[in-house]
Amino acid sequence: MIAYIIRRILQSIVVMLAVALIAFCLFRYVGDPVVSMVGRDTTYQQREALRKELGLTDPVVVQFARFVKNAAMGNFGISYEQRRPVVDLIAERAPATLELSLISGLFALVVGIFMGVYSGLHRNEYLSKIFQAVSLVGISLPPFLVGILLIYGFAVILGWLPSMGRGVTVKLGFWTTGFLTLSGWKSLILPSITLGLFQMTLIMRLVRSEMLEVLRTDYIKFCRARGLKRRDLNYGHALKNTLVPVITVTGLQLGQIIAYSIITETVFQWPGMGYLFLQAVQRVDFPVMGAYLLLVALIFVFINLIVDFLYLVVDPRLRKEGTTVGK
Amino acid sequence: MAKRMNFTRFFTAATVLTVLLLMVWAPVHAKTFKWAFQSDAGSMDPYTMNNTMTLGFTGNIYEGLVRHDKNEVIEPCLATDWKTIKPDVWRFNLRKNVTFHDGTPFTAEDVIFSWKRAVSQGSDMKSFVNGIKDIIKVDDHTVDIVTNGPWPLLPNDVFRWYIMSQKWCEENDATEVAEFKTAKENYATRHTNGTGPFMLKDREPQVKTVMVPFPNWWDKRVDNVTEAIFTPIKSDATRIASLLSGELEMIYPLPIQDVNRVQKTPGFRAIQGEETRTIFLGMDVWRDELLYSDVKGKNPLKDVRVRKAMYQAIDMEAIKKKIMRGACWPTALMIGSTINGFNPELNKRFPYDPEESKRLLAEAGYPNGFSIVLDTPNDRYVNDEAISQAVAAMLAKVGIKCKLNSQTRSKHFAKIVSMDTSFYLLGWSPMSFDMYNTYFTNVMTKAETIKDRVPEPGQGNWNCGNYSNPKVDQLLDAIAGEIDPAKRQALINEAMRIHKEDVGHIPLHQQALSWGASDKVEVHQSADNTFSLRWVVVK
Repeated sequence: MIAYIIRRILQSIVVMLAVALIAFCLFRYVGDPVVSMVGRDTTYQQREALRKELGLTDPVVVQFARFVKNAAMGNFGISYEQRRPVVDLIAERAPATLELSLISGLFALVVGIFMGVYSGLHRNEYLSKIFQAVSLVGISLPPFLVGILLIYGFAVILGWLPSMGRGVTVKLGFWTTGFLTLSGWKSLILPSITLGLFQMTLIMRLVRSEMLEVLRTDYIKFCRARGLKRRDLNYGHALKNTLVPVITVTGLQLGQIIAYSIITETVFQWPGMGYLFLQAVQRVDFPVMGAYLLLVALIFVFINLIVDFLYLVVDPRLRKEGTTVGK
Repeated sequence: MAKRMNFTRFFTAATVLTVLLLMVWAPVHAKTFKWAFQSDAGSMDPYTMNNTMTLGFTGNIYEGLVRHDKNEVIEPCLATDWKTIKPDVWRFNLRKNVTFHDGTPFTAEDVIFSWKRAVSQGSDMKSFVNGIKDIIKVDDHTVDIVTNGPWPLLPNDVFRWYIMSQKWCEENDATEVAEFKTAKENYATRHTNGTGPFMLKDREPQVKTVMVPFPNWWDKRVDNVTEAIFTPIKSDATRIASLLSGELEMIYPLPIQDVNRVQKTPGFRAIQGEETRTIFLGMDVWRDELLYSDVKGKNPLKDVRVRKAMYQAIDMEAIKKKIMRGACWPTALMIGSTINGFNPELNKRFPYDPEESKRLLAEAGYPNGFSIVLDTPNDRYVNDEAISQAVAAMLAKVGIKCKLNSQTRSKHFAKIVSMDTSFYLLGWSPMSFDMYNTYFTNVMTKAETIKDRVPEPGQGNWNCGNYSNPKVDQLLDAIAGEIDPAKRQALINEAMRIHKEDVGHIPLHQQALSWGASDKVEVHQSADNTFSLRWVVVK
């Protein structure tokens, strides 16, 4: 088991380096940062001088080495656009994205599991059919459309919820939270639904099909024959056994939620990292783009590590030393 | 016992009532104004970015020597009057009894300091004050600005150069503009100290900026805003939704396709007007062989007949009606009607005549047309990509097969500014409201291609096709130094006429300003699409 853990960690480091390299190569094709940084009246000579100052005229290998060395020390430079240290920018925006992702993830998980279990247990009831229809809608509609529809429904027409922003936030040390105010919670509702809808339907469908399969297995039948209570059976035994694939999917989806909140954040003008990244791409702000991509890679790698370790906890079969199940 | 309970009950009731009254009364008397634009102001330091939105935004907090009135005419601001005492010396008399937001009095020292700061390494305002050789303090409220050669329009050209407080900058280590080399953030990026009508209360970049009125402002107030909150909202749909849901009082820009909707919604209106931005097409008339065409060995665009043919193949009325939904002003000049130097007599386009185009092309030796690539941005100007697509389609009808290279602004501008183009779309808004800025940057010969002398830096900076006519260059040099307005206009007329006959560029139209506002507020729309809080009245 220790060997397994060490091996996984080493693999993660290799993944991070690969991401850095690919991201770096891509930057050559997104445009010229200098044009966005200076006013239009800057002369050609001034622009060239700036390019040299930023190190953009050095060979790619040199630039890459410099980037990796700085990143390893936690120095991601200054944002070209905002002229502030990138680390500060990301730290400022991270709470917004993380809170949104957390609530979306919880929404997706809780509602998804509930709907999945219900429609698995009572497949032919009317409510199950409604859940199925909702899941179809959730999978087919793109998030920006869902977001805009929700805004028009709840903010413009009904006026119940705000159309954008985080509401009033409270600063606790370096973290700004929206959890402590009513307007903060109201602002979280629509973006969480938008961001979590796709994952919720995914989890629902997964749980439902897993439930149906597990309920047919022999050991469940024998438990029923033995006279175990319905509730113990369904939620105690059956649900636990559906959880392994759900954990995998949830883990992957959680990474996706954090990384791809870009669209939802743009629609709701949510001041998070995804929106920061989108701005950076448009303004060709290399330092921010590089830092964000590395951060996202780190999140994915970390979550996948946790998921793999969770397998060892959930499935006793994997704990035995030397097994090659589930890599 | 009973008495005490009565008192407690009375006390509680009184408190509750007072609180309720305050909750009702306060909002009624508080005139909060909330508005949104599609992006944020780059920085609160007015020298960091030479960008209309940022300068317009910080113009609520900082002020310059002069400012524009509602008709875009220069009027006194921090200077009360000015005159040239010698051809290259302007004397400005500064306003007395003006203080900065922190109480520091405004004096001539601040003007001199601001100039030095504006030419510092990290400043993006150098081009505004490049022509200033020195500023001499005559007394605490008078300065002499010495220029490199006569500069008749200095007052007009510097209206976006704001005055900062020397004492405040020195105390906060902000005497130089934020540079890329330093790891520390410059204090002036998120803090301000100006003389303007509003003070910065809170600044969260990309999220929210809050301003409150400056009680000791020198001017008489016309606005009644008690608090102004600005949020950038990138998504068009979200911005409009925030306006229509009542969360915001004003938004801009309002996409053209949503103008009708906002007009029809009760309680809201769309405000439209002619913007100072001209959209035009540029052509590579410099190379002997085009980079992006199928014609080898010669450059078709060097022939004025070909350029005129392309011009007359474009149906601006159709573009105005179908693509811009009526919200544009077709133009024959590179400037709009609010710009100094505009001449309505010269503003008559060559007629739309595809038959004439075909005839001209045949005469020039291209009876079957040719192919070319049109570079266009797709996220910078109103319907920029759609306009380019229409132009390409119209050119195809006369035989010119036009392929579109549509890119995001950062890539498009980088490409054309390095002259890596044959045919391009560009827009320009002269910040000084004078034709010289437009023609200097887009029509004069590109500085880098001039070998026999040293031209003014920045000349022809965006003349990406390098249209070069020595007569026009000569006239523009004269225009820069001509003091007599009548003589100057005559020179301007001649320069614009020659450029127009040469078909140096193909002007398309003046963009339309498009704002959305609640009927509960009165706002003034400036021709350069900037927004000043000092004219806002909340009903």
